[in-house]
Amino acid sequence: MQDSKRNLPNRLGLQKLPKGRSVGSWPTRPGIAQLLRTLLAWGVTLLLFFPIAWLALTAFKTELQAIEIPPVLFFTPTLENFQEVQERSDYLLYAKNSVVTSVISTLVGLLIAAPAAYSMAFFRTKRTRDILMWMLSTKMMPAVGALVPIYVLAQKAGLLDTQLALIIMFTLGNLPIMVWMLYSHFKDIPKEILEASRMDGASLWNEMRHVLLPLGMGGLASTGLLCLVLSWNEAFWALNLSSAKAGTLATLIASYSSPEGLFWAKLSAASLMAIAPVVVFGWFCQKQLVQGLTFGAVK
Amino acid sequence: MNDLSNNSYLKLKRLEKQFGEVRTIKGIDLEIQRGEFVVFVGPSGCGKSTLLRLIAGLESIDQGSVELDGRDITQLASSKRDLAMVFQSYALYPHMSVYDNMSFALRMAKVEPALIKEKVERAAKILNLEPYLQRTPRELSGGQRQRVAIGRAIVRAPKVFLFDEPLSNLDAALRGQTRIEIARLHRELGATTIYVTHDQVEAMTLADRVVVLRDGQIEQVGTPLELYDRPANQFVAQFIGTPQMNIISAAAVPQLHSACGPLLPADGSIGLRPEHVTLKSPGEGLSKGRVDLVEALGAETLIYVSAHELGVELTSRQSHRTHLRPGDEVGITLDLEAAHLFDGKGRVTRAGAPAQ
Repeated sequence: MQDSKRNLPNRLGLQKLPKGRSVGSWPTRPGIAQLLRTLLAWGVTLLLFFPIAWLALTAFKTELQAIEIPPVLFFTPTLENFQEVQERSDYLLYAKNSVVTSVISTLVGLLIAAPAAYSMAFFRTKRTRDILMWMLSTKMMPAVGALVPIYVLAQKAGLLDTQLALIIMFTLGNLPIMVWMLYSHFKDIPKEILEASRMDGASLWNEMRHVLLPLGMGGLASTGLLCLVLSWNEAFWALNLSSAKAGTLATLIASYSSPEGLFWAKLSAASLMAIAPVVVFGWFCQKQLVQGLTFGAVK
Repeated sequence: MNDLSNNSYLKLKRLEKQFGEVRTIKGIDLEIQRGEFVVFVGPSGCGKSTLLRLIAGLESIDQGSVELDGRDITQLASSKRDLAMVFQSYALYPHMSVYDNMSFALRMAKVEPALIKEKVERAAKILNLEPYLQRTPRELSGGQRQRVAIGRAIVRAPKVFLFDEPLSNLDAALRGQTRIEIARLHRELGATTIYVTHDQVEAMTLADRVVVLRDGQIEQVGTPLELYDRPANQFVAQFIGTPQMNIISAAAVPQLHSACGPLLPADGSIGLRPEHVTLKSPGEGLSKGRVDLVEALGAETLIYVSAHELGVELTSRQSHRTHLRPGDEVGITLDLEAAHLFDGKGRVTRAGAPAQ
């Protein structure tokens, strides 16, 4: 139990990549194996980090430098791309749309998913598994399969290019993942602790507030964070259901890859501006996600 | 702490519980008096914990009713039943200090803070938890956690205390010590208690009355010595008492028939406590045997003997020490006066005379 708690962020794939040190329970034979493992971990890390680093670098180049071959590594950084992006399109409007849609869809999602996960984790029936599988199966269909009906629905309801349409889509799209994640977190909370609070006279509300919420905080936080990031990065529905009014930062980036050919430097600058907030946010929250409150509760 | 002045007691009527296709509790009738210490005992899977959880309201009741203090609580939520429970896993709130753990129920009941403080401190004193009130459960040893779990139950004078195998996570020495502490607590608080265990020694030492369960049904209810001296059937006879009662089938020993008369049917058997099996020198006694194992416990000695003629292995308990070794030939004497007689279905046809 202790291990599974310690590795919680790891399990969710939110942790920084392992640095080849004390990962899992591999035999700790110092020497070659250790060295190879370290090299491998660094290799994978750099491989994954490279595109982002390249993006950041390109954002500060001129358009000419950006397409130069061989690529220049040393140059005088310029901010003109950022200026132009802000001039050509209203960055703050898109950013606001991104914040509103991702935050509200995450909060609404948590409100719906938490009770569902609670009932499935603590009041299991023989159908619980089927329901979980069914929910997951909705994520197996490609989103484009539902594009036409949903577009028509949104159009008839007058919701095209509104924040509400995106909030609804983001919430529903993330619900299966949220329920799954919360379910697996709640399942790690010993049932007896909740039962003990009931025996102690706690109403359902008090059981939630004083026991489930503090014990499930780690799970709620990591689920919320993940869904915030997923909503922030969501591009498919944002591109198809919104444009100038309700568009998110994803649509802003996309607008730089279309009409008059590619502008690598501006595209990079727009991308950097779009991902920066969520990267910083995720980096700060990571430490809070490492929690192991249930230690010592049972046995 | 002791506001149990009225005559509150617990009545179970034809209680039934089914999990899927499995009938776990098959119609239980039981009445528990105010202040009584009742132990549910039985082998694992007999439904004793389920029965406790039905009383606690942690499982829904399929059939029958539960009445507490003259009030039907069958459909009542756990939180409204006014019962306290000590869990096998302790189930302490890991994010709260010991003080907060113990005061939780009082806070839920909206008791005045000053009174809460007084009650928690009194309970902490009884349980020697005073130095640990500000710690969290993870900073405590197993025995201390166990005492916090008990403290959480006793701060608020509930109608009934429910214990679900509370000692099974402790080591042997601590278990014995805590058992004595629970008995003392019950004497001091005088609260009605239901205690579930699979350990018949705990049942015998703690209980005013023992309820022996098997397969979701009550086999027998009685004081510990009633169960020991006059078991209702072969199951109870063998379940209560260590080492187990010796069972010899009547068919194996024709001479038993003449000794016991018509009360012993041909397909029946007799049961003898180990203290009623005496070993003599070879040639003497009813039957011959060979010593398999000697357990010298100091105050008493247990000798396991194969009796070939009877076709059984017998256990003998004697209070003096022995020079017998495994492999030695012995003669076996059975105290048939003290023998319990069972018919073919394991029901008692005659209880043996009580032990001296």
